[in-house]
Amino acid sequence: MSSAITDTWFMTQRHFRNLIRQPVWILISLVQPIVWLLLYGALFRKIVEIPGFGSGSYIDFLTPGIVVMTCLFSAGWSGMGLIDDIDRGVVDRFLVSPASRGSLISGRLLQGAVVGVIQSAIIIVLGLIIGADYPGGIAGIVALTICAVLLGTGIGALSNAIALLSRKEETMIAVSNFVLLPLVFLSSVFMAQALMPGWMQGVAKYNPVNWAVQAGRAGLAAGPDWSLVFTRMGWLALFTVICTWLATRAFRVYQRSI
Amino acid sequence: MDNAIEARGLEKTYRGDVKALKGVSLAAAEGTVFGLLGPNGAGKSTTVKILTTLSRPDAGEAYVAGYDVVRQPGKVRLAIGAVAQKSGLDPQMTGRENLVLQGRVYGMRGAALRSRAQELLERFGLEEAGDRTVRTYSGGMQRKLDVAVGLMHRPQVLFLDEPTTGLDPEARVDMWHEIGRLAGDEGLTILMTTHYLEEADGLAQRLAIVDQGIVVAEGTPDELKGELRGDAIAVELEDQPLDGEVRRALDRVPDLYDIAVEPRALRARTDSGARAVPAVLAALEAEGVKVASVTVSRPSLDDVYLRYAGRAFSEADAEEKKKR
Repeated sequence: MSSAITDTWFMTQRHFRNLIRQPVWILISLVQPIVWLLLYGALFRKIVEIPGFGSGSYIDFLTPGIVVMTCLFSAGWSGMGLIDDIDRGVVDRFLVSPASRGSLISGRLLQGAVVGVIQSAIIIVLGLIIGADYPGGIAGIVALTICAVLLGTGIGALSNAIALLSRKEETMIAVSNFVLLPLVFLSSVFMAQALMPGWMQGVAKYNPVNWAVQAGRAGLAAGPDWSLVFTRMGWLALFTVICTWLATRAFRVYQRSI
Repeated sequence: MDNAIEARGLEKTYRGDVKALKGVSLAAAEGTVFGLLGPNGAGKSTTVKILTTLSRPDAGEAYVAGYDVVRQPGKVRLAIGAVAQKSGLDPQMTGRENLVLQGRVYGMRGAALRSRAQELLERFGLEEAGDRTVRTYSGGMQRKLDVAVGLMHRPQVLFLDEPTTGLDPEARVDMWHEIGRLAGDEGLTILMTTHYLEEADGLAQRLAIVDQGIVVAEGTPDELKGELRGDAIAVELEDQPLDGEVRRALDRVPDLYDIAVEPRALRARTDSGARAVPAVLAALEAEGVKVASVTVSRPSLDDVYLRYAGRAFSEADAEEKKKR
């Protein structure tokens, strides 16, 4: 067990170092949420005037949505790095070593979680600068971050599972493009749930992205509805556990195919 | 136990009914270099994957450093170093970082870890490049680092899967020197796969020839070559004659055996090449078969391969490539 933890840490360090060596990646992942926040914030500013929207300021409404969306997108591409490792023989090299098998996936997920926390913090501060209010305070911010990171970990595990099963970058790109954006639009990231068409509201109920946005928004609101926050957090935790289990199964399939 | 590697009756079928191994047995004595020779797709890599615990055999058993590869994979992993066909290096990390990470997963820490990494960088002439990312390395440098990574934890048995494939001639000779030096290391057993005949001939004390999932011959290079008497004659033909024509012609030549007719070439063995060549040429001309070139050679591993696998090595290799 102790070797599983230390090996995970070695792998996390490795992924993190490799990330830092790609300045372009850092720049894009910093600029992208800024663009979203400014662009969508300006584009949909008047949306709050629609009767029944239920929020006074669109930037208040949007910021937790962008936090969740950013974590979702980074996590969705997590499998690309794994495909690269498989192609280069890095995965097989560690499989013939005593390295803990689980660390090959958990190292990536932990790195994703650390990046998720950093990205969330940056967006939250940025939201503050452009005028968002977080009446829920620190507790709400922590709740939002936990939910976004849980979602990211689950989606990251799924992404790794797809990588292990498909082993093709093309498949990965197609699946991610096909799934990620619709998941955002089938949630309340941009639009109040009450104003969505009926069938979309139905789908959103089962959308983990929506759970994270709902919980984050509830936590940041004045007089947070903690029971809503904790139930969504619980569902997200369950989602993450199931996805991680699927990734483990996918890993077995990969090992059998070598 | 005297054999560092011992395999008996290994079988492996991949999904889609690809039977990669049909019963491979081999044994490598401690402290020796064992060569596994065969064309692409013969089953060399599958054998290495099973011996290094990466893949499980469907049948048969294997022991590496005295441990069962199926029942004691953890013990085997600690005892072996493996350099796969695919490099396995992280190109975004420096050479030193790759070595250090490898050492860490084997439980090495602190000063011992750092000095071992430095020692290996020096040993493989990579000390100057050690702090550059691997993406800047040449193919030969990467391959050396691969071997260094495999040696990081001082294994008893080292597996080298096609260590020189894809290297330019100069880098290949360089790698041969490195492997030759490693072979002198006390107690280190090396199993290397290759599809270069001269590589197996020069480096391995014993070798096994694999073809289509079985070992077709095993022994020292000299033993294997010694089983063939006389000279080898190879004739290239200008166009593709009917099989019968060539056979008819060669039947008239005395002292010719192990005759193999290929689409545009023929091979045979004879006690004296100098005497047989004029007779072969005359016989072919009498049948109207045009000859492009003739070579006479002492037995080589290629001939050994031809004899046991029933086809020329280069041909088997080309066939495999076509299949892919």
